[in-house]
Amino acid sequence: MIQKSDDIIIKTLARILVPFIQIYALYVIMHGHYSPGGGFQGGVILAASIILLMITHGLKDTQKRMSEKTVAILSSSGVLIYAGIGVVCLILAGNYLDYSKLAKLLHVAPAHARSLGILGIEIGVGLAVMAVMFSVFFDISRGEVSQEDEDE
Amino acid sequence: MKIVNLLVVIITGMVLAYGTMDMPDWGDPNSPASRHVSPGYISDAVEKTATPNIVTAVLADYRSYDTLGETAVIFSAGMACILLLRRKRKK
Repeated sequence: MIQKSDDIIIKTLARILVPFIQIYALYVIMHGHYSPGGGFQGGVILAASIILLMITHGLKDTQKRMSEKTVAILSSSGVLIYAGIGVVCLILAGNYLDYSKLAKLLHVAPAHARSLGILGIEIGVGLAVMAVMFSVFFDISRGEVSQEDEDE
Repeated sequence: MKIVNLLVVIITGMVLAYGTMDMPDWGDPNSPASRHVSPGYISDAVEKTATPNIVTAVLADYRSYDTLGETAVIFSAGMACILLLRRKRKK
């Protein structure tokens, strides 16, 4: 089981670092249009920030902020956002994932609509990757917990 | 038996190396793979998608089916982990 760290230096440093890591992750997701980055990389950085919180503040405190249920909902909603944008394009009389058809909905030029469509699916990918990364880490550390519970 | 295995490996390697001699040169702009859709992506991507990073434009717009598949793979990996590793909490 991942215990809460007793060291005040580690706990304080983690508390200071986590918001900056999360802002950097959002920057990587949003800036995928202009620089290397995008949903996959940003999602992993976002998951790393929560994993840092977990290994410094323990399983229980992290569970209050991010429960198993939330993680499961986030991972499926990430994929749903991606597939849903494709379906919206279908409804607007385009091909599946043809973002230029979103122009009618968003009232922008077709080229700009494609740019916004890319941003939309990057957010979906980022959500899904973040939730899955965290959920895998969560399940591995939870496995040890239930082992101890069975022994008692 | 080990010698036979070694011979098979060496011969297969030689055949594969011989096969690469017909491949186009590294980075050859006139190779078949570079003449089909790549010039269109390079010349039109910035104008048509308003995305300066062509890699992102290709990944998330032209090849978005592929990226959707990748996301589905990651999602199913996560679901498999939940199904295999998650246990019910004892009350």
